[in-house]
Amino acid sequence: MSIEGQVRIPSGCAITSVFSKSGENISGRLVVDSIATMHERSNGLGGGFAGYGIYPQYKDLYAFHIFYDTLAARQACEAFIDRHFDVVNLSKIPVRKHPNIIDEPLIWRYFLTPLPTKLKDSQLDESEFTKRCVIRINDSIEGAYVFSSGKNMGVFKAVGYPEDVGDFYRLEDYEGYCWTAHGRYPTNTPGWWGGAHPFALLGYSIVHNGEISSYDANRRFIEMYGYRCNLQTDTEVITYIVDFLHRRRGLTLAEVASVIAAPFWTTIATKPAEEREKLTYLRNTFASLLITGPFSILLGFDGGIMALNDRLKLRSMVVGERGDRVYIASEECAIRVMEPDLEKLWAPRGGEPVIVRLNAGAQGR
Amino acid sequence: MPKDYIYPEFEIVRNEGRCTVCRRCEEQCANRAHAFDAATSRMTAEDARCVDCHRCVAMCPAHALKIVQSSHTFRPGANWTRDAITDIHRQAGSGGALLTSMGTPKDYPVYWDKLLINASQVTNPSIDPLREPMETKVFLGQKHTHIQRDESGRICTELHPQITLATPILFSAMSYGSLSYNAHESLARAAQELGICYNSGEGGLHEDLYHYGPNTIVQVASGRFGVHPGYLKAGAAIEIKMGQGAKPGIGGHLPAEKVMGDVSRTRMIPQGTEAISPAPHHDIYSIEDLRQLVYTLKEATDYKKPIIVKIAAVHNISAIASGVARSGADIIAIDGFRGGTGAAPARIRDNVGIPIELALASVDARLREEGIRGSISIIAGGSIRNSADVVRAIALGADAVYIATGALLAMGCHLCRSCHLGRCNWGIATQLPELVSRLDPEEGKRRLVNLITAWTYEIKEMMGGMGINSIEALKGNRLMLRGIGLTQKELDILGVLHAGE
Repeated sequence: MSIEGQVRIPSGCAITSVFSKSGENISGRLVVDSIATMHERSNGLGGGFAGYGIYPQYKDLYAFHIFYDTLAARQACEAFIDRHFDVVNLSKIPVRKHPNIIDEPLIWRYFLTPLPTKLKDSQLDESEFTKRCVIRINDSIEGAYVFSSGKNMGVFKAVGYPEDVGDFYRLEDYEGYCWTAHGRYPTNTPGWWGGAHPFALLGYSIVHNGEISSYDANRRFIEMYGYRCNLQTDTEVITYIVDFLHRRRGLTLAEVASVIAAPFWTTIATKPAEEREKLTYLRNTFASLLITGPFSILLGFDGGIMALNDRLKLRSMVVGERGDRVYIASEECAIRVMEPDLEKLWAPRGGEPVIVRLNAGAQGR
Repeated sequence: MPKDYIYPEFEIVRNEGRCTVCRRCEEQCANRAHAFDAATSRMTAEDARCVDCHRCVAMCPAHALKIVQSSHTFRPGANWTRDAITDIHRQAGSGGALLTSMGTPKDYPVYWDKLLINASQVTNPSIDPLREPMETKVFLGQKHTHIQRDESGRICTELHPQITLATPILFSAMSYGSLSYNAHESLARAAQELGICYNSGEGGLHEDLYHYGPNTIVQVASGRFGVHPGYLKAGAAIEIKMGQGAKPGIGGHLPAEKVMGDVSRTRMIPQGTEAISPAPHHDIYSIEDLRQLVYTLKEATDYKKPIIVKIAAVHNISAIASGVARSGADIIAIDGFRGGTGAAPARIRDNVGIPIELALASVDARLREEGIRGSISIIAGGSIRNSADVVRAIALGADAVYIATGALLAMGCHLCRSCHLGRCNWGIATQLPELVSRLDPEEGKRRLVNLITAWTYEIKEMMGGMGINSIEALKGNRLMLRGIGLTQKELDILGVLHAGE
């Protein structure tokens, strides 16, 4: 059977998240309990988490989480890393054996920073250099797969139900200001850990529920700009689109949302002139990055989170708030289990981004 | 002389029981195939004059007429077919090239018919265009993704000049001269009502049609007929015609008898002269020359009009397209070899060039590999026959399509492939006033608007089925196509998987 990347596998899903605007530390356990309530939305073929603010001791270093199929893959990859980065710390990621989580690859973590000479020679900035190295490893080193590459954040994922994945990675041992989680219902058997979600690149991580119909239009466009969609998943291409528009082209997140979930032309026509011109410009310029078909995504980034639905709202997504905490999930039950007594609960409209950031001066930054 | 006698290809069959001898057929046939025999008080027919245009059949009030293919035959043979034999007889008699019209009738593969379209089931909902918004608006022109902001952080929204189309279909170039004034006006009116564009072709723009400018593409071809500053500024865009799918590598020829009155004035050449377009532009012998013409036209129009470069689909199309994309042109129009023509040597039409499907797929892939797909929009033409062909062309990578034969059919053409004879009984490809008047521009417009409206609805239904609610998400979305009955090589060039994969 073909694995992710050799074949395109559509999937349904559950997503959930919690965010503390004041930067309070939240245990990974909370979001494991939340995703567990939506057990029926997964089928045991993929689960995962992203935590932000979890590596304060190394917050200025890139944290690479890597799956290796073989020892040879690890050696080849580490040789590549040594040529390009200064490795400050490396270790196996601690896991707990779990009866439902089997066939695990070698799972390693590296805290590193680009070698100054290499970086200078490349004429790239630090983030672009690091991104290209990640893509290079994933594209060309057989059996090695970087699934997390941001600073002060980390992705944990596996084949299995998400609550089992959370136990396996001992997420109760991590604390951060933001957590997202994903339970997967793929319509084919991937059997490959790299195919689980979140998908992450640098500080961006995405969990997504949906199946986008624009996939190949988006993929073929973004691949012109140095990305390689090796996994053939929606989440992968959406992450690259966000990286391209937000980091490389400097669009604000709201502008990114107005590209990927663009307002209808009839809506744009009703806006004031300046807004209308801007929306028309963005929609025209980035026409091939419009995403159609159902999606609900949670985009984690350094210091914030953005939730976005497709413009017809073909997937459920609700937002709850209490105090400095914001909860976003596919179903209300996943929020209620974290906070039964909400001050506010609402469903964002299709194409309407919900952007939450750390308060100024909050810890975790 | 008897050696050259060729038995007529079509026979006019008259149902004598139905015929009322109203003589309508006689009046309608500009080829004089029908006649009244006073001696017998019956209608007679001269089969050799019939071009199979169906005008008499359609106009006969008694439905007494039909045209059938003759059963007269040579000794059958797969190699020396009827056409192969009669072509030799004709050329041995005349010493000339054989002239014909419209797209090739030869049995080449039609890849559109070997590409199947996807639909959503279960994992992704289909969308009903009658209930939900379904967008078909497109912009053609260069799109560069570097964002500029002013001091206050506002995005500078100035773009390279663009054409806006309500639906991704344009009427392709057909010149005034090869077409009648009424046909041109039908196209202009329809384009205006539909929010799309028609194309003047290479014969200039009749002064009475200038007010359709925002929906007009003006063409500059190798003959430069009717080109002056006002003409260049009149349209929404300017098209440089480098080639035509039906006759790559050769120019055009409007016979002197058609260059009369308004046609002569519009083309800016004397009455009764042959209007000959050279095979190449004599100021373009290489790609750097094309760049100069592109910028000459931009200078002449203050950089306000997108420049289209139209090229015929030939073997090296992707490299040529890459050169065009770097020439400063805003849009490339690729014309496949099954495309139509008002007159072409049959040997060229039937043998030179490649199919639009392969050319389009290969150009789109090449421009993406080079990272310059955004530098230019692609219009694909050369036998787009229905809305499913439009969907397939866009999924292969086109921004929009050109249609011409389809538009002529909508106006009444019955594809008799005799445009070059100048006696079009439907009033389309003729300059004879009594024939031109048969095409009412308002009726022509109505039928064109109907056609494009129907296609647009069908496109929306197919998009909705795929779960796509805006046309830009279909562009280049080749996963929405699967090949059927194609070789691996064909699949590779088209960039699609086989059905079942």
